[in-house]
Amino acid sequence: MVIFFNQISREFKIASRSRSEIVNPLIFLFLGATLFGLAGAGDREQLSYFASGILWVLVLLSNMLSLEFMYRRDYLDGSLEQLVLLPETPFIPILAKIVVQWLLSGCVMTLIAPAAGLLLFIPSNEWPVLMLTLVLGSPALSFFGAICAALTVGAHRAGILLGLLALPLYIPILIFGISAITSHTQGMPIASQLYWLTAITVLSLTLAPHAVYGALKLSVDE
Amino acid sequence: MEALIRFWHRLSSPRWFYEISSSWPLRFGVVSALLLGTGCVWGLVFAPADYQQGDSFRIIYIHVPAAIVAQSAYLVAASSGFVLLVWRLKLADMLLVSILPFGAAATALNLFTGAAWGKPTWGSWWFWDARTTSMLVLFFLYIGLMALREAIPRAEKAGKACAILVLVGVVNIPIIKYSVDWWLTLHQPATFTLTDKPSMPVEMWIPLAINVVGAYLLLIALVVGRLRVEILYRQSASSWVQDLVKRYRE
Repeated sequence: MVIFFNQISREFKIASRSRSEIVNPLIFLFLGATLFGLAGAGDREQLSYFASGILWVLVLLSNMLSLEFMYRRDYLDGSLEQLVLLPETPFIPILAKIVVQWLLSGCVMTLIAPAAGLLLFIPSNEWPVLMLTLVLGSPALSFFGAICAALTVGAHRAGILLGLLALPLYIPILIFGISAITSHTQGMPIASQLYWLTAITVLSLTLAPHAVYGALKLSVDE
Repeated sequence: MEALIRFWHRLSSPRWFYEISSSWPLRFGVVSALLLGTGCVWGLVFAPADYQQGDSFRIIYIHVPAAIVAQSAYLVAASSGFVLLVWRLKLADMLLVSILPFGAAATALNLFTGAAWGKPTWGSWWFWDARTTSMLVLFFLYIGLMALREAIPRAEKAGKACAILVLVGVVNIPIIKYSVDWWLTLHQPATFTLTDKPSMPVEMWIPLAINVVGAYLLLIALVVGRLRVEILYRQSASSWVQDLVKRYRE
């Protein structure tokens, strides 16, 4: 537990020294909402109908952008090598890194999504559900994304490749998130979709660190 | 049991596989061509037209074999990924990377014929239906695997990276499948299931079954052909490949 919190504070320290990597994906979220607002010609009815869907997609895309630098710095300065060389399997440090990645991307995006939603005239009864689905689903985005980031950390031109690998894995999360929101607007219960989102998050919480560890071992081994 | 263990040990030798498989692509290819020829002519010309869909249903003879092969190829890739990560068999690595392009091609063929079939029957090239969506996602999974393999220069590393990703995909596929089933399903249910009797008349499904078998054999012929090239390429530094090249030159 001590290792976990030490690791978390280390990750936060590193993140605080490279603010642009954290802030840029969030700016991208607003920029994307602006572009959709303009592309929809500011039509209030159309935009508010699609607002939650657009926001979910923007969260997926900005999450993907925030992944590119997840392991890059540790790879370049050799900390990844140290991590892989540990005598025990380093699940706790790996988990801590993903948790921090989520806190700085998925969690912040959940908080600012309603604000970006204002640009798209999101209906006032929809944004609590949007936030609920995001907070349950976005950790899974970080876990799946971490696997892809770990696989591509040593590769050349990782950016677009990362999207190609991560976005198909994001699809079920997107579907359950959107499905919960549409059920809610139609006045139907949304519990089952929320259970599903939670189940995917818990499943990825348990399985992803193994895959990340395997992928990091590969990427470091030269 | 003894023989089985010996077979298993031998499988770990790419050289042994290269030597026993030299005639496979041709043999499987010829049988597959015969089967596919029979199945296609029978299905496309002689099988009775559907009472509802008329002649447009005949695309099923391409569409369904492509779908079955596409999904099986992913399962083969995933199994070899598992074998590679657990037992580190070199041959599994080579099989994994050799089967990807053919799986992707079968998926693309399935999507294309699906679009061509959807236009006359549903009135649109594309529908966001559970099965079409899963196939599209499968296509992207294949493309992602191939792109990952391209991006990592060292072949052994690329193989293991693909193995991890293909296994993540396998865990995800049932979830994807279930999540897209949430929508109302427009697609007709699966043509073949292992448990039920086919709902089509015999003269319609026999050519289909012939084509499915033919497509599997075609996949084997193509994959083994590519696998043999991959073996030579990966082992090009070893003495047996050098000898082979020398003998070929003479």
